[in-house]
Amino acid sequence: MRNAFANTLTELATEDQRVVLLSGDIGNRMFDKFKAACPDRFFNCGVAEANMMSMAAGLAMSGLRPVVYTITPFVTTRCLEQIRVDVCYHHVPVLIVGVGGGLSYASLGATHHSCEDIAMLRVLPHMRVVCPGDAWETGAAVKAALGQDEPVYLRLGKKGEPLVHATEPDFEIGRAITIRDGSDVVLLSTGNLLPTAVEVAEKLAGEHVSVRVVSFHTVKPLDEAALADAFQAARVVVTLEEHSILGGLGGAVAEWLADQSAPQARLVRIGTADAFLHEAGDQAHARACNQLTAPQIAARIRSSLG
Amino acid sequence: MARRIRREIVQMSHRARAPHLGSCLSCVDILVAAYWSALNIDPQQPAADWRDRLILSKGHGAAALYATLAHRGFFPLADLATFNQAGGHLPEQPSPRGAPGIEAATGSLGHGLSIGLGMALAAGIQRLPYRVMVVLSDGECNEGSVWEAAMFAGAHKLSNVIAVVDFNRWQATGRSEEIMALSPLAAKFTAFGWSAQEVDGHDIGALAAALQATNCHPDQPTALIARTTKGKGVSFMEDDNNWHYRIPNDEELHAALAELAER
Repeated sequence: MRNAFANTLTELATEDQRVVLLSGDIGNRMFDKFKAACPDRFFNCGVAEANMMSMAAGLAMSGLRPVVYTITPFVTTRCLEQIRVDVCYHHVPVLIVGVGGGLSYASLGATHHSCEDIAMLRVLPHMRVVCPGDAWETGAAVKAALGQDEPVYLRLGKKGEPLVHATEPDFEIGRAITIRDGSDVVLLSTGNLLPTAVEVAEKLAGEHVSVRVVSFHTVKPLDEAALADAFQAARVVVTLEEHSILGGLGGAVAEWLADQSAPQARLVRIGTADAFLHEAGDQAHARACNQLTAPQIAARIRSSLG
Repeated sequence: MARRIRREIVQMSHRARAPHLGSCLSCVDILVAAYWSALNIDPQQPAADWRDRLILSKGHGAAALYATLAHRGFFPLADLATFNQAGGHLPEQPSPRGAPGIEAATGSLGHGLSIGLGMALAAGIQRLPYRVMVVLSDGECNEGSVWEAAMFAGAHKLSNVIAVVDFNRWQATGRSEEIMALSPLAAKFTAFGWSAQEVDGHDIGALAAALQATNCHPDQPTALIARTTKGKGVSFMEDDNNWHYRIPNDEELHAALAELAER
């Protein structure tokens, strides 16, 4: 995902002189092409995220289109007040990009895990929260984010994730993408678990459970039409995210559901536990600890069908 | 003009029941020197892309900024009557685009200098000649983000940035130098790559000269440590930190206005 981000951003910045990239001392070599193409619009801001975020707001107030990039917890919760006050209160178009969303950097420990960021950023007025499901969606999301005038938080995984789409999908912030259709279960996946969601659907199909998979890439604003359709179409609607079950996509859908009269389907929220992971291990291990492997998710869905 | 603005501020605090009067009075001369001598501005074109920017990072001094902007012609003096009034656009701390001339919403300390750096970077990218002046309080320099910004500006030689610290030696609940090791503040900025000097924060001529002389350092941002007195201009408020929160009653209002009468 991060290479798709860097390549797409470089293409856009070459065309749009307003695009400015601020990096928090990360992305070694990844932005070489950007720096070569736009040498006066790249700034390594050091390990100083509060200053970086406020500077981005100042750039945006001056008519430019800053993109702020570093590891997810440091570009979100570390400088949350700068995002709230300088970006959202001023209502300026800053694109905040977090790499290593969820458990992507599991082996670096809980300081580098990010399972609360969606919850904290989606409650900020004006903020859009977008979690692409693969590299194709990432490129499309960068274009969509820079093609409008609102603050956006773009939550990426790392690099080398499996592709779900074969080409760049028709992508709009706030409009979910149906990956495959199904009638028993609707699986709403946000972010880097999308390939796992497809795997779950294939596994359950072999057991005669029909699963619709939706890339619910935008957590805010919610695609309410897609939600209404999901809760009418199936017996169980599942939210899936590499994020705490508190406050993320599952939380947002639960809030929406509380305002609906007589929904037909049951909601099941699948995400990380409300706990820090203290064990060493890579992303696959961390997912297994959080019951987020395809077999574990399939079992959970199976049991919810009764 | 500074006396007139101080009169205005005392009346605004009394009328609107708004605190931070001492903090407002300490930065008046800095604002007058900036808006009448140093800044390249046209009040009739508050959004002109070439304008110099001033961010009052110590947002609790908003009444001083509002009074200054109104007297400088950015918006009608009559609007000052709406300060802190329900439904108005002049809250106790500046809101985004609340009034012409307000460059940034502040109030949470430690944001303004970094926002100003972003604007200064934009000047470089867009090949515009403007400068960015940020007024901070000494208490505000407790915030780590101020020093993140100081390091960045020094490294990037942002010579179009001027930080003015309204060093009135008080913060909300005590002497600023007892709460944090602020001194030597000018030397701290120097160590971070800035051209820094101390200046009498109530000498408008000296302030104006220092603000205009910043072009002498083409490779460095400028820091002015303005030695000020909290509550300046009203004898019974000067250097009395009770006036950080206290609001003048009718008697105090009349006494203050008498001291600030036109000579």
